[in-house]
Amino acid sequence: MSADNELTRAQRDDLRTVAAMIVPGSDEYKVPGADDPAIQADILATLGRDAKLVAAALDHLARLAGQPLAELEAAKRDAVAQEFRKHSGAAAATLVRVVLQCYYRDDRVLHSLGLELRAPFPKGYVLSDGDWSLLDPVKARAGTLRRAP
Amino acid sequence: MKDPVDVLIIGAGASGAAVAWSLAETKMHILCLEQGGWMNPAEYPSTGRDWEAKFYGEWSSSPNVRGRPEDYPINDDNSPIKVVNYNAVGGSTVMYTAHWPRLHPSDFKVKTLDGVAEDWPIDYDALTPFFEENDRMMGTSGLSGDPRSPLTHPPMPQQPLGLSGAIIGKAMNKRGWHWWPSDTTVATMDYEGRARCINLGHCTPACAQGAKSSTDITYWPHAIRAGVELRTHCRVREITTDESGMASGVVYYDKEGVEQFQPAHVVIIACNGVGTPRLLLNSASDRFPNGLANSSGLVGKNLMFHPYAQIYGYVKEPTDSNRAPPTCLWSKEWYDTDLSRGFVRGYGVQFVRGAGPVFEAVVSEQKGILPWGDDHHRVFRKLNGHRLGFSAICEDLPEEHNCVTLDPVLKDSHGIPAPKINYTISENSRKMMEHALARGREVLETAGATDICVNSPIPWGGWHLLGTARMGIDPESSVVNEWGRSHDVKNLFIVDGSVFVTSGGVNPTSTIQAIALYVADQMKQRLANLFD
Repeated sequence: MSADNELTRAQRDDLRTVAAMIVPGSDEYKVPGADDPAIQADILATLGRDAKLVAAALDHLARLAGQPLAELEAAKRDAVAQEFRKHSGAAAATLVRVVLQCYYRDDRVLHSLGLELRAPFPKGYVLSDGDWSLLDPVKARAGTLRRAP
Repeated sequence: MKDPVDVLIIGAGASGAAVAWSLAETKMHILCLEQGGWMNPAEYPSTGRDWEAKFYGEWSSSPNVRGRPEDYPINDDNSPIKVVNYNAVGGSTVMYTAHWPRLHPSDFKVKTLDGVAEDWPIDYDALTPFFEENDRMMGTSGLSGDPRSPLTHPPMPQQPLGLSGAIIGKAMNKRGWHWWPSDTTVATMDYEGRARCINLGHCTPACAQGAKSSTDITYWPHAIRAGVELRTHCRVREITTDESGMASGVVYYDKEGVEQFQPAHVVIIACNGVGTPRLLLNSASDRFPNGLANSSGLVGKNLMFHPYAQIYGYVKEPTDSNRAPPTCLWSKEWYDTDLSRGFVRGYGVQFVRGAGPVFEAVVSEQKGILPWGDDHHRVFRKLNGHRLGFSAICEDLPEEHNCVTLDPVLKDSHGIPAPKINYTISENSRKMMEHALARGREVLETAGATDICVNSPIPWGGWHLLGTARMGIDPESSVVNEWGRSHDVKNLFIVDGSVFVTSGGVNPTSTIQAIALYVADQMKQRLANLFD
């Protein structure tokens, strides 16, 4: 890393590649992949306290690949990814989490999921009261509270 | 030197707020020192689009992850359950699920009933008026009349059943098992200046609406209006004693990090089951070489967590996901001892409505049920918004080897030794957890759930910090007496979860606060001879 929260160019390239492996784009669902420029920009801008672990994960990934991830043939890249995910512990988990937390707040992705593009507050959500007659069998069975001497 | 105060309370969380408010009517000079500050609801996670991501960083439930200046580190490497808490005015009531059961009458007599652990020196009836008073102050919602729970009178109606609650209720009915809408401290109507719940969903890391009760918005405004002084960003290092062995005050670091001494006639500790033994052990002196109030040797011992056995799955119907308070129903079907199950005591169950999309994606990927690659989108749509959860709160019995000590190396930002946790899950608890997971699986499968996953224990589930300065009549087997006063130091009181003798199988905050009010009441009744 060139600065605390900045990844090197090689790290950014591998981040983009692995992000697309985690969540590729889909025409069927009309969503971008996690390598989408806006999502990548969100990841880089919000790395914050995760920057060191993400950088460590990317460095490990680079060691496993031996060359830029994008230049590996597909089968080899998949094998590297599997090895990475299985054995890279907290750093790999952090990298994947950072990708997913930025992907699943992207407007296009939320729109595809049928979710509203807003924070929960101040509008909140409506919750149906439900059918409380479901509780009738519990009331009918009653039961006892174990008493203390 | 500062003027002495009549009563000095350490900690402004659940119990510190309650005891401060109750004692305020005495018109004594009461001062509370709190290491955290006042919270700003405008900055709570649910006000932003990145609300879920914050739970992995600055709003993590773990002080070790969060690392705010107000937090202190905790060495919990020797524990499968990690300590979680929050340090601010309001304490961990700022960051909790607001699930609001209380201990059962039988929980106070476990030795008599089941031949394990110890009976409490007080019983449920002694706390009943304080449970009621606390429910009014905190503002509870629920449905009175649960045949398997102590009778409560919530001032507000229960939360809506919602989609998730209906699915769970139907499944439990098919099994013939008990369930009931939970008592909660979520306001379901406008109450005492708090706005009603609008289903922000992300309740645990603080409620921007103010619908979830936390003591910064319930007890504290009343206590301060009644004259209690609350000093924030003041971290207490140790309690000092005088030549007669009485507490004389505390040494603390103020907001600027400057060491201060505050004399006091009475000291009340309200720092939770980890912070309280830490403070007592760090108050060792020539007069009290093993730590303050520790002639029994039990300060820090008998730590109880409540191991959580959690199981969840995914149904075809939509659930409430993140669009509702996370907990809605409880079950007491397996609360009481039935030795045919292979263990003693039991567990309560809290059902979970669902999760938001980021949490769902992250956790499901970690569990291996959400793949990388082309199938990711199809599978995610099957999972997201379809989760139901079953969490068993297993009664942890006291064992002396489960303990809080002072870490010889790790220190907080003021150089105060950090607490170190040594904890293992007992064989009895493991059997209980296995039983709970089997029942949870049956419920989920009855509901039609698939892709069932288990967290047992929930690793970041050390919310309930109990037993490390327990109450009792015998000074050789307890730290405080039956009304919260130290056996050793006659003007030192403890009112937090440390004083629990056993843990029950429910979330403890309601009982912690009832005990704090009870101790305050005992003090008020004995003001003329408080130190006799």
